[in-house]
Amino acid sequence: MSAVETYNDKVVRLFLLASAVWGIVGMLVGMYIAAEMAWPFWNFDLPFLTFSRLRPDHTFGVIFAFGGSALMGTCYYVVQRTGHTRLALGKLAEFTFWGWQLICVLAMLTMPLGMTQGKEYAEPEWFIDILIAIVWVSFGVVFFATLARRRIQHIYVANWYYGAFILAVGLLHIVNNIVVPVSLTKSYPIYSGAVDAMVQWWYGHNAVAFFLTAGFLGMMYYFVPRQAQQPLWSYRFSIVNFWALISIYMWAGSHHLLYTALPDWVQSVGMAFSLVLLMPSWGSAANGLLTFNGSWHRLKDDPAAKFMVLALVFYAAATLEGSMMAIKTVNSLSHYTDWTIAHVHSGSLGWVAMITIGSLYAMAPRALGRPAMYSQKGMEVHFRLHLAGTLIYVIAMWAAGVTEGLMWRATSPEGALTHSFLDSLIAAKPWYIMRWFGGVLIWLGMWVMAWNLWYTAADARAKIITPIPVPVPEPVTPQVPAPLPATA
Amino acid sequence: MAYSDFEYIEKHAWLLGILTAIMISIGGLAEITPLFVEANRLHPAAGVKPYAPLRLAGKDLYVREGCHVCHTQMIRTLRFETQRYGNYSTASESVYDRPFQWGSKRTGPDLARIGGKYSDDWQRLHLTDPRSVVPESNMPSYRWLATNTLDGADIQARMRALKFLGDPYTDAEIDAAPKDLAGKTEMDAMIAYLQGLGIDNAAPAVAVETAPASDGGAP
Repeated sequence: MSAVETYNDKVVRLFLLASAVWGIVGMLVGMYIAAEMAWPFWNFDLPFLTFSRLRPDHTFGVIFAFGGSALMGTCYYVVQRTGHTRLALGKLAEFTFWGWQLICVLAMLTMPLGMTQGKEYAEPEWFIDILIAIVWVSFGVVFFATLARRRIQHIYVANWYYGAFILAVGLLHIVNNIVVPVSLTKSYPIYSGAVDAMVQWWYGHNAVAFFLTAGFLGMMYYFVPRQAQQPLWSYRFSIVNFWALISIYMWAGSHHLLYTALPDWVQSVGMAFSLVLLMPSWGSAANGLLTFNGSWHRLKDDPAAKFMVLALVFYAAATLEGSMMAIKTVNSLSHYTDWTIAHVHSGSLGWVAMITIGSLYAMAPRALGRPAMYSQKGMEVHFRLHLAGTLIYVIAMWAAGVTEGLMWRATSPEGALTHSFLDSLIAAKPWYIMRWFGGVLIWLGMWVMAWNLWYTAADARAKIITPIPVPVPEPVTPQVPAPLPATA
Repeated sequence: MAYSDFEYIEKHAWLLGILTAIMISIGGLAEITPLFVEANRLHPAAGVKPYAPLRLAGKDLYVREGCHVCHTQMIRTLRFETQRYGNYSTASESVYDRPFQWGSKRTGPDLARIGGKYSDDWQRLHLTDPRSVVPESNMPSYRWLATNTLDGADIQARMRALKFLGDPYTDAEIDAAPKDLAGKTEMDAMIAYLQGLGIDNAAPAVAVETAPASDGGAP
């Protein structure tokens, strides 16, 4: 043990690398299945390349492998910096890294082979689910143990979001994946029919809420003030939004099941809470954006800040869209169409991917022992590719979705349906091609990021990286738990 | 309350954790608990039995191949839906579906009442090469279903697991299951499953109304 305590950035660097790799893999699968929708011959009649089997690989790859690695890496980075302490339980932290990578590889390999629970975003079979539960609990233990040994009495708000993300995702994952195994590769959920639908969309919606929102808001609340070089616009506002967001989100899941066989009152409650949810969503977005007040000039030459600002704009836009789509009459048009796909991707490519990329560009040089990213131009090119790709993708899917919705409901004056189902598929096809092209641009941007990270990591690869010492603040009394001594 | 009252929460991780856990639990409990209570009162329509072995195999194949990614089985209570697909879906129709197959996206049409709308031969052609019967379709072909055979012991294990979960299979039915599957391919199972949708799981009155005999006809 050295005389000076240093930050444990090794596990952060590992997650950073994993995140870049999974981003490319997950988006490659996305690009491929987008091509299959436009040109079905890409299925090649091979079971494991078929759209319906590959689609979970895309969603798992980008949400849990790419997003999950980025979340765990930044979480470990942020909890150390905001607590002025080294990560607790270093070995367990490293286990969470290797465990999570094993889960991702297993899931990505088994799902195309047809080993699936068939529940969206919870496809991996029961033996992978058990591994997920073990790694997730370990992640929570490392996080809360690090919080417990912090030297700063006040728990910074970013950690609240990370904490809620860990608790809620653990709860959702376990409840939604209670199954009875038939064999290693097949299981049946204990819920059936309408109850299974409600449990699934309580999970599905809150995977969005806590994995794709709360976790990334944690990222936002640390890296946005860091990059803007300004304090958070309103700290108190961030706390109000925190409690509102975590309590309201959990009610909104049933808006995925409007006009279905779910009891009407659950549908109405889901719709009402989805509308209320707009408040904390916009609250967080506004708080982040207003934090840039006084440093908007940074956007001129800081691509990381540009990614963050656009992420917040997309977050505000996607949450407004989401609340509107939860209104029953709007939902009757949008549901089951590609509008849903547009909404998901404006949230995931616009908000989630952009805040992640911005945070990675902000964090990587520090974690890799460099003054800045290797190429400023590379970040600039990535920003343009990603923004163009996202806009092309989302606009194409909006157009396709609204077209489908309108064609499905169109009736002649006599009252007969105007279009066959096939007409709507034919109308959507050009948009499917455009969507694929948007995906290609985004994927190319990820390669630019990987290239940039590779050269930024030159020192780290040569093992000449100097660990960063933990700045030890004046002890505050009475602090619970008692602050650590200056060295460990 | 003064703001300093809340500061206590912000300085104590254990309290923050507990309060967070409470807040995230309320919504789920409020919405899901009543459904569990209701689920006990939810019965299939009179005369509807759990999946016969061949159809059960087909349903599990439908899950394995991920058909629910592009096909819903949930006709919403909207006029243009019932006009296109038939009577709106009821909760009693999916009582035996583990997992539920309501779906979330229609790249292809709803299948809740597809049973009997097309002939077995049409389904076979369509699953083998969708564009041979619907030239503009972007559905993948599932030709491997025709060559894979079914395992009698495996279906018995599945029926036992479902029986354990409360589906009313009798021991005699489980014993006889391999016979149902003898000589059948995955394609046969899939077609049997599809041809029963909206018929085998619905009340007879509905079934008569929405199940016209059909020779398939032009697509």
